[in-house]
Amino acid sequence: MPNRLPHNSNNGSRIGRFLDVWGLVALVLMLANGGASAEVIQIQMKQVAYAPAQVTAHIGDTIEWANDDIVAHTATARNGAWDVMVMPNNKGSVVLKSAGTIDYYCRLHPNMVGSIAVSQ
Amino acid sequence: MLTRLVAAAAVMCLCTSGVLAQNAKKLTDPQIAHIAYTAGQIDIAAAQQALNKSKNKDVRAFADDMVRDHKAVNDKALALVKKLNVTPEDNDTSKALSKQAADKRGELSKLNGAAFDKAYISNEVAYHKTVNDALQNTLIPSASNAELKDLLTTGLKIFQGHQQHAEQVAAQLK
Repeated sequence: MPNRLPHNSNNGSRIGRFLDVWGLVALVLMLANGGASAEVIQIQMKQVAYAPAQVTAHIGDTIEWANDDIVAHTATARNGAWDVMVMPNNKGSVVLKSAGTIDYYCRLHPNMVGSIAVSQ
Repeated sequence: MLTRLVAAAAVMCLCTSGVLAQNAKKLTDPQIAHIAYTAGQIDIAAAQQALNKSKNKDVRAFADDMVRDHKAVNDKALALVKKLNVTPEDNDTSKALSKQAADKRGELSKLNGAAFDKAYISNEVAYHKTVNDALQNTLIPSASNAELKDLLTTGLKIFQGHQQHAEQVAAQLK
């Protein structure tokens, strides 16, 4: 029995360190996400339109626009919160920081409009 | 003048297309490609003139956008005609567009400062409206090749965006 203790103790501390590290990583990730599981919501920029044009999201979620058109577009919040320029065949994103409905448009092609309903 | 002329050309084209799909006077795809490409090059030349003359931040940003977008669409058009093995064909509408655009650039070259900015943006609103009307009512319905039709349709949406953008810049200049 005493012979086994040091052996087990060694293993235990190694496993303990392993668990500590991953626990810390998990904690950091949780804190970064505000304690909730944040999502990445993808929106296409295609045929001079956002698809889908209306989405719902939560605070902490990321909106990611992928530009499939041959020209650059922007996703520009009408309330001035963000202005993301996305070149053709590229992606751009924002992390949503406050609740409410954000209407946005493309500064270069104002006929492109969309909205994001953000809840807590 | 440009508006009237292109509108007249569009009406002429409309009269020759429509139900008589086989009408010999109907615009061909090589002619349509030439008109669309020419219209893009004209707007690039207008934007380059604005970049040489204007100091207004919004006007210069708009001109930069026009150069970038019309070049992208025209590059796509060139790639398409190459793929389809089609040679764009010069025609009366292309010639009339080029002549009117050269006259307009000459007129604008005599203006400076705010007067130039207003005249350039005002012409951009009118020019995009004219080209968009022609695309919607004449060029897209007349195009036979599906890929050409698709590119013209995408171009129309982009240029409708330019028209709205130009209208916004024009409102800011007042």
